[in-house]
Amino acid sequence: MNLEEKLTILTDSAKYDVACTSSGASNSNPKGAGIGSTEVSGICHSFSADGRCVSLLKVLMSNHCVYDCEYCVNRRSNDVLRAAFTPRELADLTINFYRRNYIEGLFLSSGVENNPDYATEQMIKTIQILRKEYNFTGYIHAKAIPGADEVLIKQLGLLVQRISVNIELPSADSLTALAPNKSKEKILKPMANIRDSILQTKSELTLYKHAEKFAPAGQSTQMIVGASPESDFKILKLTEGLYKKYSLKRVFFSAYIPVIESTLLPSIDTKPPLLREHRLYQADWLLRFYNFKADEILDKDNQDFNPFLDPKCNWALNNMHLFPVEINIATENELLRVPGIGPYGAKKIITARRHDKLDYPALKRMGIVLKRAQYFVTCAGKIMDGLRVSREGTAQALIDGHSLASTEQLSFFDMTSAALARKEAVNCIATRM
Amino acid sequence: MYSNKDVIYIYDGSYDGMLCCVFNAVYNKVTPFQICTYDNMQPSLVDTQYIETDAKKAERVASSIEGKVSSRAIWTVDTLFLCDAISNKELLALEFIRLAFKTGPTICSMLGNETVSKVSHAIKHLQREAHNYTGFLRFSDFDNSLVAEMEPLNFVLPLLQPHFSSRFRNETFLIYDKTHKFALAYKSGNSSIFALESLVTPKVSAEESEIRVLHKKFFDTIAIKERTNYKCQVGHMPKRYWNTMLEVNNSIV
Repeated sequence: MNLEEKLTILTDSAKYDVACTSSGASNSNPKGAGIGSTEVSGICHSFSADGRCVSLLKVLMSNHCVYDCEYCVNRRSNDVLRAAFTPRELADLTINFYRRNYIEGLFLSSGVENNPDYATEQMIKTIQILRKEYNFTGYIHAKAIPGADEVLIKQLGLLVQRISVNIELPSADSLTALAPNKSKEKILKPMANIRDSILQTKSELTLYKHAEKFAPAGQSTQMIVGASPESDFKILKLTEGLYKKYSLKRVFFSAYIPVIESTLLPSIDTKPPLLREHRLYQADWLLRFYNFKADEILDKDNQDFNPFLDPKCNWALNNMHLFPVEINIATENELLRVPGIGPYGAKKIITARRHDKLDYPALKRMGIVLKRAQYFVTCAGKIMDGLRVSREGTAQALIDGHSLASTEQLSFFDMTSAALARKEAVNCIATRM
Repeated sequence: MYSNKDVIYIYDGSYDGMLCCVFNAVYNKVTPFQICTYDNMQPSLVDTQYIETDAKKAERVASSIEGKVSSRAIWTVDTLFLCDAISNKELLALEFIRLAFKTGPTICSMLGNETVSKVSHAIKHLQREAHNYTGFLRFSDFDNSLVAEMEPLNFVLPLLQPHFSSRFRNETFLIYDKTHKFALAYKSGNSSIFALESLVTPKVSAEESEIRVLHKKFFDTIAIKERTNYKCQVGHMPKRYWNTMLEVNNSIV
């Protein structure tokens, strides 16, 4: 098998992995021999036809797998072409791509070839060539394979910027049903170990400058949404718990795309729940950057996201007694809760209003988008000139177009039904106000 | 307060030249109709005046901005000079500097102000473009030297200089800016930016084509068919970057 065929097979089997980000490591200004640097914000080097960022060379070391997880293309019992890189091949390929600026680094995962230890060792060998031979100081994200020896995972973590353990599914029950070789304990244990290693090196770094760095860009995880019956509320609570208990940097969600016929899974013609995934990411942002708690976004009686409103708008409509807020005196936290104002916008407002009383034209000049915010704020005690607040008009402005324009091309009939859906959504929201 | 004199300042296009125009305008209390280089001048009935570039005058302007306003303010003027995507950066710089002398250090946080917001939008645009190029720039290997071409709207080379010099520190590379006809060259720890009329690259080697094919294969395979979303792709990666990106431009391979 030639390199091109291998690359195709091992990319194809890695493409469902999310988290192709290169963020989280600090800006580095490496010196001495070698190649590579990192940027705190991460860098996207391309965008694939599905609109996802291509930052890292995302491949599997091998797609041979002894596990038999129901939802996975690489499961043992699935009849697909199998391939494996040698560490040398993959390290050389990474450097060849990197020096042409095709990629920001390597995202390395692997099927469980032979056993978790062997698979991990192969990954370590590859990364060692990159780090020791090429003096590669760019970004590497590696997956820790559940069941691998603690010592190996520790070794892996010391070589990479980011390490992640996939939690795979949002509950232990689903895990038992769909991933018989994995268990909650098998996944959470390495996650806890990684957390402890990161904390330990952080405290060592305060003592001596040249302490070894264990995954300086932190730990992340991902789960599949839509393959099992959990509600959005349950997933969001789990996410919140993971951030708190395991100090994760990111939790990623991937809409389940049916790849295999199975009685345990949604049927093969099910469309991937992209809107749901989108809403989860919106809520995840609220948790991480807007000081929201999961219980504020959803609750026992409202277990799932509103398809027509983004979670923040939905929260605002449920809490109209807190609005409008006055742009010139509201606290940063209050500003953050206004639909349409984000962390940067809130900071800009706070800086700018120190010198001048802000009015609507000033907000516009600063790049604050008022489409939705205008219904929730006052400037110097006034609502925006010419703004007519009617239930229907407000509902029109607040609707998140995402939910109504699906990602596919709409046929004529779909268009009429989309228009109908929009009208229905407007009515539905208007009656809530 | 400042007479709007119907005069067009012509300068040599250098940073010092721009500051000398500012010096002249402030010293004579005039606001010229336009400040531009010979190349960019539109034929008009307005009188023109050539402003000689004088490094000493430029230095006086720069150091008084730094001293009387703030180092952030002089950084802003420095950076604004690179913003070629807007047509009137020189006049905007003049407006900004006048305002800065009036307000003092607070200028940089007066984000709602008309002049300041125009300046900060121009700088954001520049920075965003430079950031995009840190990702979208494509190098080709010619006999162990890397060469990349680009057509930026702003003069982004100075922003890319530290990034690529530290990233590709063991390489020899050249980035050619076709729009401005300037190049950034780097070799063993030293980099420089210089004018370069044109760039002709040799034929692509067989080995180089092979790697391009591998990259294209990777790029095509990584997309999930069920999620195809062209609008999202183009939104994140505007078409004007595509002509040098071989994975989306079939004419290159």
